[in-house]
Amino acid sequence: MSMKFDSKTPGGPLEDKWSKHIFDIKLVNPANKRKFDIIVVGTGLAGASAAATLAELGYNIKAFCFQDSPRRAHSIAAQGGINAAKNYQNDGDSVYRLFYDTIKGGDYRSREANVYRLAEVSENIIDQCVAQGVPFAREYGGLLANRSFGGAQVSRTFYARGQTGQQLLLGAYSALSRQVANGKVQMFPRTEMLDLVVVDGHARGIIARNLITGKIVSYSAHAVVLATGGYGNVFYLSTNAMASNTTAIWRAHKKGALFANPCFTQIHPTCIPVSGDHQSKLTLMSESLRNDGRVWVPKTKGDNRIPADIPEDERDYFLERRYPSFGNLVPRDVASRNAKLVCDEGRGVGATGLAVYLDFEDAIKRIGRDTIESKYGNLFDMYKQITGENPYEKPMRIYPAVHYTMGGLWVDYNLMTSIPGCYALGEANFSDHGANRLGASALMQGLADGYFVIPYAIGDYLATRSYDMVPTDHPEFLKAEHSKNT
Amino acid sequence: MDFTLKIWRQKDAQSQGQFKTYQLTGIGADNSFMEMLDELNEHLIKNNEDPVHFDHDCREGICGTCSLYINGRPHGPQKAITTCQLHMRSFKDKDTITIEPWRAQTFPVIRDLVVDRSAFDRIIQSGGYISVNTGGVPDANETPITTSKANNAMDAASCIGCGACVAVCKNASAMLFVAAKISHLAQLPQGKVEAESRAESMVAQMDKEGFGLCTNTGACSVECPKEISLTHIARLNRQYYKAKQASDYIPDKEEIHEG
Ligand code: SF4
Ligand code: FES
Repeated sequence: MSMKFDSKTPGGPLEDKWSKHIFDIKLVNPANKRKFDIIVVGTGLAGASAAATLAELGYNIKAFCFQDSPRRAHSIAAQGGINAAKNYQNDGDSVYRLFYDTIKGGDYRSREANVYRLAEVSENIIDQCVAQGVPFAREYGGLLANRSFGGAQVSRTFYARGQTGQQLLLGAYSALSRQVANGKVQMFPRTEMLDLVVVDGHARGIIARNLITGKIVSYSAHAVVLATGGYGNVFYLSTNAMASNTTAIWRAHKKGALFANPCFTQIHPTCIPVSGDHQSKLTLMSESLRNDGRVWVPKTKGDNRIPADIPEDERDYFLERRYPSFGNLVPRDVASRNAKLVCDEGRGVGATGLAVYLDFEDAIKRIGRDTIESKYGNLFDMYKQITGENPYEKPMRIYPAVHYTMGGLWVDYNLMTSIPGCYALGEANFSDHGANRLGASALMQGLADGYFVIPYAIGDYLATRSYDMVPTDHPEFLKAEHSKNT
Repeated sequence: MDFTLKIWRQKDAQSQGQFKTYQLTGIGADNSFMEMLDELNEHLIKNNEDPVHFDHDCREGICGTCSLYINGRPHGPQKAITTCQLHMRSFKDKDTITIEPWRAQTFPVIRDLVVDRSAFDRIIQSGGYISVNTGGVPDANETPITTSKANNAMDAASCIGCGACVAVCKNASAMLFVAAKISHLAQLPQGKVEAESRAESMVAQMDKEGFGLCTNTGACSVECPKEISLTHIARLNRQYYKAKQASDYIPDKEEIHEG
């Protein structure tokens, strides 16, 4: 089978592509938008922002989520922040620098045109969120605060305490709720997509299960937008929410949507290690901990003395030893690989041997317990809550865990998958993060796709389509429904 | 660790429910409460019995999906955490643990421990937002906001919509949840414009859903996993009062202080 990969990236200089494309896109007349129905699956950052914005434009939206409320999607768990090329700190940031860092961080495997557009619209995202009432952190003068994140050399990360994902999602959820009230979005909570329905080569609907009644129902539309997140839970344990089960993009793939870069999975170095057989998921702690914690294991294999009894010269600070200029702040993938390496050598710590120490003893001596508490209090509490150990007295134990998937459904410049009329947004697509995502860029991409890309891009397709609806008793629907019922 | 579990079983909203007792042995102290329930369900499934239905998703205390009344307290015995953050080491070996769903008429039981909290969504839909469309908004730094306002707004905004406040309230009032949203938005200049109409419509929806009246007993705030403060209820009352005063403008206290 040969397939033509046409990303449909517009020509011309990188920095003009998106504005030129917006101008070239065929428009759907405002009065005609209400003749089109769009299905949006998933109500995380990408899905909620897409559903709300498309509804504002006049399209009829059917939005689906398996949770009991759209506000609960897993975007909510992101702690750290959201990047944007605002250059509010006057430290030399720019659209080009954010673009460059993203491309380089992704090991040159992302699509340049998409990433440039992402960096461009990042500025609008912050404006939009502030207008919605997202309570970002501020400086004493009242302007927005920033911090640098994940090794970036500029301060471009906006944050809302340790709850940035939650607050951004509540912003998108509020916009979505407003459109539900306006009657432009029909919301289907506790409903899980089971299959994509393709008619004459075009995505024309979905089959979904009502998770309360168990009933399987068909929904027809003119286009289907999948914003269903990544596939981290194909691994036995990950930091993803329990119900994030990858079904939607997998079914789309089985129906012919191509899948790109499935091996590009981000392994996060600072997770709380596995404690027993019945563990259901892993919990991530912010990697900011590595700013002050020192990572080590015993020098000798099988040394199971308690950490306080292991003298300094019998400890191996393996990141500091191997990467003297970065020390404990090596990039995520390097930190993760090295932790696994020392554990494979039999030098891992804790009951399972699958952990390394993250030690704050020196930092507490250097800057005091109070400063550590003000910086990391929440994280220390969380660690104690989960493990029952006090990290002020005993080094934390950490181990890498699957956290984010850069790969996903292949999409073109319009975020359309290889099935016409089927789109993939946010973590569900593959285009922006290459082989490795920068910290604080997942939230940025979800909202960029939902608020600022799909609302334009989808018009390019719909403008060429007829208003006719495929009835849900069409053979393709019946076939798909039948296959789910047996 | 071994436990005796008394769990509320109910087939659906229409059926009568009852407690059923289960014995569970060999549970690790490091297991989370939800992992303990997972284990129970594995046994039940193996024995061809219907597993216990309960809500959960993130299992890290942020999505607000999990619920459960545990030994008479929402989200269990510890302060400021959700049920999914509770671990079995908080209990004693051989303890009897009673597990019930949220109890409130406005949160009907769907099955076993799962309840319908969609009333919360409808309250937000009635006005829990700032009416802006995507695009065409001013630059984010155009309007400075004092750190105290931003922090207060953030305190209120940290509500996860779990519903523990309603479940614990003897009147099943949703005041803390509603107040948190109203207070979050009313403190920001962007949200001030609609503050009064928002308060009015959200309170009206809350009443329409059948939530009880607030008698200031304060149990909500004590049991709230995010420690949402009662002062937000005071702010709601102020906004609501202002709205009810029709167009007469009454400056709120903070405006007088901050000039
Ligand atoms: S106010 Fe607290 S208890 Fe009530 S819904 Fe919000 S987080 Fe839950
Ligand atoms: S499962 Fe998400 S808060 Fe408990």
